[in-house]
Amino acid sequence: MGSKSKSVVVVGAGIAGIQASLDLAELGVEVHLIEDTPTIGGRMPQLDKTFPTNDCSMCILAPKMSECARHARITIHINSSLDAISGEPGDFRCTITERAKYVDPVKCVACGLCEEKCPVKVDDVFDTGLRKRKAISRYFLQSIPAEYTIDKDNCLFFTRGVCKMCEKVCPADAINYEDQDRQLELSAGAIILATGIDPFNPIGFGNFGYHRFANVVTSLEFERILSASGPLGGHVVRASDSKEPKSIAFIQCVGSRDESIGKNYCSSACCMFTIKQAIIAKEHMKDLEPTVFYMDIRAFGKDFDKYYEKAEKKYGVVFTRSKVADIDELPGGNLRLRYTEENGDIKYGEFDMVILAIGLEAREGNRVLSEELDIKLNEFDFYRSDAFGPLESTREGVFVCGAANGPKDIPESVVSASGAVASAAKYLKLERQDIASEDEGAAELDVTGDRPRVGVFVCHCGINIAGVVDVKNVAEYAATLSNVEHSEDVMYACSTDCLETIKKRIEEHGLNRVIVAACTPRTHEPLFRETIAEAGLNPYLCEMANIRDQCSWAHMEEPELATAKSRDLVEMTVAKARQLSSLERLPIDIDPRALVIGGGLSGMTAALSLAEAGHEVFLVEKEKDLGGNMRDIFFNFDKADPQAFLAETIARVEENENIRVFMAGRIDGITGYVGNFETTISGGGNGDAEKVKHGVVIVATGGEEHKTEEYLYGRSSRIVSLVEFEKMLKTGNFPAGRIRNVVIVQCVGSREEGRMYCSRVCCTKAVKNALELKKAKPGADVYFAYRDIRTYGFREKYYTELRDTGAVFLRYTPETKPVVNMVDETNPDSRLKVTAFDPILEKEVEITADLLVLSAAIDPPEGNVRLAKMLKVPLNSDGMFLEAHVKLRPVDFATDGIFVCGLAHSPKDMDESLAQAKAAASRALTFLNKKAILAEGTIARVREDRCSGCAYCESICAYAAIEVDPEKEVAVVNEALCKGCGACVASCRCGALDLLGFSNEQLFSAFDSLEMVITDGGAD
Amino acid sequence: MDKGFTPRITALLCQWCSYTGADLAGTSRLQYPTSIIAMKVMCSSRVDPVLLLKAYLSGSGGVLLAGCHPGDCHYEVGNYHTRRRFAILKAIFDTLGLESARLKLSWISASEGPKFAQVANEYTDEIKKMGENPSKKKMFL
Repeated sequence: MGSKSKSVVVVGAGIAGIQASLDLAELGVEVHLIEDTPTIGGRMPQLDKTFPTNDCSMCILAPKMSECARHARITIHINSSLDAISGEPGDFRCTITERAKYVDPVKCVACGLCEEKCPVKVDDVFDTGLRKRKAISRYFLQSIPAEYTIDKDNCLFFTRGVCKMCEKVCPADAINYEDQDRQLELSAGAIILATGIDPFNPIGFGNFGYHRFANVVTSLEFERILSASGPLGGHVVRASDSKEPKSIAFIQCVGSRDESIGKNYCSSACCMFTIKQAIIAKEHMKDLEPTVFYMDIRAFGKDFDKYYEKAEKKYGVVFTRSKVADIDELPGGNLRLRYTEENGDIKYGEFDMVILAIGLEAREGNRVLSEELDIKLNEFDFYRSDAFGPLESTREGVFVCGAANGPKDIPESVVSASGAVASAAKYLKLERQDIASEDEGAAELDVTGDRPRVGVFVCHCGINIAGVVDVKNVAEYAATLSNVEHSEDVMYACSTDCLETIKKRIEEHGLNRVIVAACTPRTHEPLFRETIAEAGLNPYLCEMANIRDQCSWAHMEEPELATAKSRDLVEMTVAKARQLSSLERLPIDIDPRALVIGGGLSGMTAALSLAEAGHEVFLVEKEKDLGGNMRDIFFNFDKADPQAFLAETIARVEENENIRVFMAGRIDGITGYVGNFETTISGGGNGDAEKVKHGVVIVATGGEEHKTEEYLYGRSSRIVSLVEFEKMLKTGNFPAGRIRNVVIVQCVGSREEGRMYCSRVCCTKAVKNALELKKAKPGADVYFAYRDIRTYGFREKYYTELRDTGAVFLRYTPETKPVVNMVDETNPDSRLKVTAFDPILEKEVEITADLLVLSAAIDPPEGNVRLAKMLKVPLNSDGMFLEAHVKLRPVDFATDGIFVCGLAHSPKDMDESLAQAKAAASRALTFLNKKAILAEGTIARVREDRCSGCAYCESICAYAAIEVDPEKEVAVVNEALCKGCGACVASCRCGALDLLGFSNEQLFSAFDSLEMVITDGGAD
Repeated sequence: MDKGFTPRITALLCQWCSYTGADLAGTSRLQYPTSIIAMKVMCSSRVDPVLLLKAYLSGSGGVLLAGCHPGDCHYEVGNYHTRRRFAILKAIFDTLGLESARLKLSWISASEGPKFAQVANEYTDEIKKMGENPSKKKMFL
């Protein structure tokens, strides 16, 4: 492979495509993002909330969309498709068609007049047809780019040659009926496909009456109904009579796990999707009775089981294990479900509304695109990839991420997107970048000494704020405050058009302070700061007033008081803003080397990705061999042999000159910060401790099989763990004598008190090994004791295969666990008597087991606690490393420069560990590929004239960032080390210290501005 | 007690835990009185006792300081400093005959939306019973 390029084509601008584009752009690569629809964002904007944190979907996505749109190295092509590729990996030529939009994007100001006047109403695709839009429209309110496009198939001018209303009313002269499709030729070193999924269309499916009965809707439609910015404003009412439903039935697996329609796979996300909707609906309507009809609840992800538990115990969601046969509509619009319970009994239930939890299926366009690109699809029309190349398509240089190669939820899509970037890096010319090349924005204005000129922007956030708070009143009030030069209310402050407005107002009114009264600064302050920086202001001259999360949402029943509080919040923020000053962000040099902790599959993969991108890597493994848990994995569903793959990976690590392995190594201490870590490693062969310097850390400490004490484990040689079972299958060393009855018990240690999580891989692994057993011992009978079978995604077909062999599945609950007794108490090789309850027969069954396999949980390694303390990163309540954001930052920590992957994050399969390891490497490269980054401006400052040099601050600082200069005898702050906590400031006896951005003066002013008694009188 | 009297509670919340917890209360649509108004600080240890005194003397009915649970500080040990300083400030208030009950320290983690709402509700009730903070009328500072 010879050529390398500086650009990449990404197809599909959902969350996966956006993440891949952002990571690539941060590596210095030119990105062309190709999107079929008129906006980037994909499916996420349609979602109301995300599980398991109930974060608002659009709120977490919007900053990423804006970042994508603003990034100088990302070019977005909407209404476009990739039609053909030629050339070689590293030097592809891509043919792109940009379909005509009939609105000039440069001229369009997104005023919306055309849409208002357009006489043609069509179903709004974004709102799943629950609302109408016009033939000229914006895809949704926060769409990016903020352009209008004409729907040619419905436009009166294009269909009948009349109207032209939009042209008449457009103040910007942006309508162009002559617009033509355009073809572009783009060169690319690699291509990333992130084309996503289609939701299953249940019209005519089963006897569920979708589209025949008004009150049967899909889960996607229900999501729009729940959404505060949706067609019903978040008020759940049913279509037939606009009444609030009192009972809702959710039907799972509509279009999934169904061989009869060729979908013998699990859509992976719908169980959690439904649990979320049941919880949210219950929050909307306290006396609602939600019931979920399901086969297995597949809550296999991190912290999912706790969410499931919460739905059942706290919210009272009823879960009914059953199969729904059909639905009838009763007079009045209610629906009668006929369903079969586990024991075969037929039951009926009446509900006000029914939600069909529709599956995720391959995009309709996959077939055409795959032929054009000459890549292969799998049997379900998703792009084909395999366990050891989970991000690679069948054509070299073309990568797949997101749900394009199989159903995935949001964090998995983000992981695979970042991972695909690391895979693509091999075809890209990467050079370490200077800060100078980063910031090409306007030169910064010096506002020192200028009178504060404050601009206030009050956000409606759709109805999230404006539904409670009188936004106009707040904006008018702000205008009366001293130093406020401009004030206005805006629909969505974070939308690209509003960001442009803010920049324009800064110029028009000479603003030198900007206040955005909207949501929480935790998520959106970076966006607004960047925006004012683009207009030439120092980013620290922006402040936010949190009138949504801490006002409109928390005071929904008191609109007047909420408005008053919003005014107070704005006034307080203005008071603080008057005192703001420009802060400097100093450069921090980045050491190009990396530390990877853990030499299992994840750690080795991450190390290889970094090493192949030209970075030196220190790889620390606590054992004497590389390979971790994978050393015990011998079988795989794909043809590829895990041990061969492992041997090859180890060889690549050992041969790579950039990787230095510390075998039997131990981390004794880690100090420093992003770009400048120093780690002491002992062991590593020579016994002496050694200090190494590096710019980033990747945590890949793995997991361990839980050592159970249940089910008489350890008492008989015939009781083995799942890992031991796999070894047994490999070596053929079965216990002596007949192996006829084999009982496998799932969830040993998982999903119960003390370990309230699913270990994710055990169902698949047990199914895999049971099938292997059938090969080795065709006469063996398998008894599979389980709670829910969680063979998610394409793993489902192996479960079906095992069922077809005649294996007996015995479901148990925590109350009806199987009971194991020794047949002969004194015999260490005794057979076992297993008593289990069969809910199908509704009676106990007794099995004399020749072998008992226990699928034990995956535990986090004990060392995590120590390592977490050293790195100052958090663990979740189960002892696994806790990422910065469970949805959109799945491999980052809140602390810059530290990343996590593999089982250290949560239990996962080999393909998932590979993808996540590459994702961690890709995120790490976004730092390593820069020579320096800019530090935060919020740091402590010393006023030397006041400092007595007592050094009390030295003893307070947890980061050794402040020291007394022995010559000057005053404290000096190390700007790169200072984290800006302010602990020293409060400790200073002389008042010599202050925290920039949170100075005493600023906080005092804020207090002074507040009315201390609320004189509404109506609060009681 | 004045009829319909609602005190202002000034809250200083650390941005990593308690401010996030307060956001979560909103995201979860947990309702609490509008009396409480929050200011974000980097760490509870940033809050110089002087700031609490200032809020008190400005007439706040109550002053709430909240940070990460002990042991969970984003800055490792900041909240231990906070805890100690707060205890001393309370003692000083008592010595000077000021109402130390108008100062409250609470540990609220990022996942404790319900706890934030609960503290806001309960503390407002407490302060309502205490009535208006007289210090602003008494003092000329």
